[in-house]
Amino acid sequence: MGPVRWARLLAFSFPLLFLIAALARSTAAQIDPSGEWAPRFDEDWEERIPGPEIGDYLGIPINAADRLRGDSWDAALIELQENQCRAHGSDYGWRGPSNLNIWKEVDRATQQVIAYHTHLSAYGAEQTIWMDGRPHPPDYAQHTWQGFSTGKWEGDTLVITTTHLKENWVRRNGLARSDLATASVHIMRHGNYLTVAVITYDPVYLTEPFIRTADFVSAPQQTMAPWPCEAVDEVDRPEGQVPNHLIGLNTFLDEFPANYGIPPEATRGGAETMYPEYQEKMKGMKRLPPPAKRVVNQ
Amino acid sequence: MKISDARGEKLVCLAAIIVAVLAIAGLPRNARGQQNSATTNSAPPTRDYSKAEVHVLPVQGNIYMLVGAGGNITVQVGKDGVLVVDTGVAQMSDKVLAAIRSISDGPIRYIINTHVHPDHTGGNEAIAKAGSTIAGGNVVGDIGASAGNQAAIIAFESVAERMSMPDGNQPAAPQGAWPTETYTTPKRKMFFNGEGIEIIHIPDAHTDGDSMVFFRRSDVISTGDIFVTTSYPIVDLQRGGNIQGVIAGLNRIIDIAIPEDLQENGTLVIPGHGRLCDVADVVFYQEMVTIIRDRIQDMVNKGMTLEQVQAAKPTRDYDPRYGSTTGFWTTEKFVEAVYKSLSPKH
Repeated sequence: MGPVRWARLLAFSFPLLFLIAALARSTAAQIDPSGEWAPRFDEDWEERIPGPEIGDYLGIPINAADRLRGDSWDAALIELQENQCRAHGSDYGWRGPSNLNIWKEVDRATQQVIAYHTHLSAYGAEQTIWMDGRPHPPDYAQHTWQGFSTGKWEGDTLVITTTHLKENWVRRNGLARSDLATASVHIMRHGNYLTVAVITYDPVYLTEPFIRTADFVSAPQQTMAPWPCEAVDEVDRPEGQVPNHLIGLNTFLDEFPANYGIPPEATRGGAETMYPEYQEKMKGMKRLPPPAKRVVNQ
Repeated sequence: MKISDARGEKLVCLAAIIVAVLAIAGLPRNARGQQNSATTNSAPPTRDYSKAEVHVLPVQGNIYMLVGAGGNITVQVGKDGVLVVDTGVAQMSDKVLAAIRSISDGPIRYIINTHVHPDHTGGNEAIAKAGSTIAGGNVVGDIGASAGNQAAIIAFESVAERMSMPDGNQPAAPQGAWPTETYTTPKRKMFFNGEGIEIIHIPDAHTDGDSMVFFRRSDVISTGDIFVTTSYPIVDLQRGGNIQGVIAGLNRIIDIAIPEDLQENGTLVIPGHGRLCDVADVVFYQEMVTIIRDRIQDMVNKGMTLEQVQAAKPTRDYDPRYGSTTGFWTTEKFVEAVYKSLSPKH
């Protein structure tokens, strides 16, 4: 083969090789989270399904203000019409008893993915994750339970940034997450398993980023139940009454440490209680005597 | 503050309210509309608005929200013209007018004032002059053609009283800024741009002259300063405000508003300051204010003094979001206003 033929071959081959390499890279770098998924509750079952205990703030980097929010919270608040159909925030809903559906929205002309949509069966919560590079709205725009989300690929991980969240839970026992919080959600797929890692940043109530994960398994034949919610008057109350415990008068806070033999000081939470070395510190702490009859959260 | 010297206390309150009103007029309406007040209130009371911008946010139906001119401004547009709820600070009138004109070329027919403070009424004169009223019959006969040469300004009666005479150390507002139509009933109704509009008086809340405006077809409530997202509620005791009225106003919003699915959207709520909201946001705020009211009421019932209540820090779980140690409306002043609202001595 003469030098001219070699040159022609190379001239044709290089663009083709580049194209193949680019396609291979894009396929390898981006998993597809689309599909139907069923939750796995091996992690934090007690908190996620029966529900957290009153006064259990362990392992959450709350500040003193959020601790008082939790102490003042009265579960009767959920009875109010205004709160009965309130959805979980998108930084919390992944951990609920929810089947998950993820689908992508493709621009017809360019065939580019412009958004992923998620539907969680609990509350029928739907989130849109914009992939088209659009900016987040101005701060005077409305906040929602799901917030405003944009996504980008970092290797095989879909990284979602969420702003414009309404106030919601850090834990479903009164610990609040403010409407100034933002979230970074990382979605990773390993074969038939999907891991969702949520990092919540709250300048109002958290002293450190709070990281939680939830796992799902592929379930392409699942049935997604609807979530009709109609608020009704459950208890006759004077208009405007807000159930709450006055400061220092919540008598339920001792139940959790007494039932589980955990030092009351540890149950108060804070960033320190997130780390393994805290277990050493707990050894020297005073515990409450066990109750005559243990109340178990079922 | 000692409360035994009633005259001294009045003077201190008067000074505090004057500073408050001046500072309200100077509130920065920057892009972070929902920042906590610790940041917002740190700005000097007299703000240079020369570089401030007015932002237009479409809400729903016929309604737009203007942000950046002092208090939030609500604009309703349609075939009959333009109706404006509040007018921002006087310095921003040109930019407010330009923002209105970017939405509609229609005649500005009505201004509704939610209350008396100059960050909500400062633009009355300039914006009213840019508009016109449909006037005829005896009105034109008695007053002359000038009856129609500015937009009508509607407010609760006490707003007109306070604007038309010196109020403490604050001089009377220019005559062109005064309300031209007042009401004294619990509600005033009107129909404009194809929808019913309810102007609802909330007695003794942020002030004694508060109105909320409910656009029934667009399904939007403009609340004035009864509801804000930037700070604890500002209770202007000097002008007849009371925390119980603020809570009644918040309850009224929750009563009127109907959310869509999942307690979200449906009726949208434009606060006096801060970001666009729906009823769920109002519920969180109402719960916060009610819980703090309950705590301070319990302390008042136990005979605690204001100093003891302040020392107990009854707002400390909400302070990182709504509190402030600087600026015109500090947490301390809020607690004092709640205490005085609830104390039998006051």
